[in-house]
Amino acid sequence: MFPTLQVGPLSIQVPGLVLLLGLWLGLTVSERRSRQRGENPNYLYTLLLITLLAGFLGARLSYAVTYPDAFSANLLSLISLNPGLLDLSAGIYIAAGAATIFIYRKKLPLWSTLDSITPILAILAIALGVSHLASGSAFGKPTGLPFGIQLWGAVRHPTQIYEIILGCLVFTVIWLIDKTTWSQIPGNFFLTFIALTALSRLFLEAYRGDSFLFANGIRSAQLYAWILLAICLLVIVVRNWKQPSTEEAAS
Amino acid sequence: MQFAKQKILIGCSMLILILSAAWIWISIPTPGSTTQGQIQAPQVGFAAPDFTLETYEGQTYALSEFRGKPVLVNFWASWCPPCRSEMPAMQRVYEDFEEEGFIVLAINSTNQDNIGEALSFGQDRQLSFPILLDRTGSVSSLYEIRSLPASYFIDPEGIIQDVVIGGPMSEALLRIRVEEMLEGKS
Repeated sequence: MFPTLQVGPLSIQVPGLVLLLGLWLGLTVSERRSRQRGENPNYLYTLLLITLLAGFLGARLSYAVTYPDAFSANLLSLISLNPGLLDLSAGIYIAAGAATIFIYRKKLPLWSTLDSITPILAILAIALGVSHLASGSAFGKPTGLPFGIQLWGAVRHPTQIYEIILGCLVFTVIWLIDKTTWSQIPGNFFLTFIALTALSRLFLEAYRGDSFLFANGIRSAQLYAWILLAICLLVIVVRNWKQPSTEEAAS
Repeated sequence: MQFAKQKILIGCSMLILILSAAWIWISIPTPGSTTQGQIQAPQVGFAAPDFTLETYEGQTYALSEFRGKPVLVNFWASWCPPCRSEMPAMQRVYEDFEEEGFIVLAINSTNQDNIGEALSFGQDRQLSFPILLDRTGSVSSLYEIRSLPASYFIDPEGIIQDVVIGGPMSEALLRIRVEEMLEGKS
């Protein structure tokens, strides 16, 4: 595990660096895909910038509102780079809201736009696995298997490596799907990626050693992943119910 | 033909959902299969590794003697600018919460520091919490310290609730983590 990289006096956080690299690579791949399809990729950069900024500011402000006394004692903390002062769930909601407003105001086609950002999300999912490997978080439960890794006082399932492998598999599948008639229906590319990611999380979580459990022992992440999977499959079925097949549409 | 494809799509979706629900059920963990809180490891959710160190004056402190109190274990060195920057905030938060039982153990990485400079820094800044000397680097090694500063927030049960690698930590972060540990919210 390499949580930090010491470069002279600088202590670089490797997980954050890996996520930034993943974001850059994802954006490059998405831009290339958009160009190949004859779409203008410029709006991707604006969309991403607005989403990230809104997410960061929203997460920090929400945290400050939750703990007003701590921030009023030291206002400079509002601009601290410390990621521990972020309300992640609020940040995600606000980022999603900002992205929705941008798409609506620019009159961008929703499903096609979601398809365009899918490669970013797919590469970020792999980068997340690498960042977990670097930090040693998202660790596995103890195992007697020969490929277990020594981590946090026990030989554990290498769940961070499973996560990277599953992320690569999902990326490969959607890359193959992108060349078929299935992804010609707007939204199918994005929904397939989300469904596959939910499915892989549902599988992977069984080997994690840090799961949050409900009272009946069910892992919360698995339940949420199952609900997301069900919603995705339902939307796929409904959206493809009355869609003519590509061959029929062509004739 | 179209209808047949739709039937296949619905059938496959139902099969995936049933199989994944079965997987959730099969993978319900058996008691004790997750080791958090039982094993000592320098990671969130695990029991904080115990150590015993001395101050320059020879007073001995063991982490385990502070069970029942929230503890901040901070690894630092006098040559490390972010370590020096966060010390005043740590001192203020320590003064504010000391009466409620909050403990700060500032572990100086003495094996890679100048002990004279470390002590004079503590005196100049009027740090009132104990500065422990890790002369051999054994405690830094126990906590797998690769860069400084590194801070571990340990709740009254001895479980690590947050780890902050790098710095300086903001005062708000310090206050919030200590309040959470005191309220048992972490």
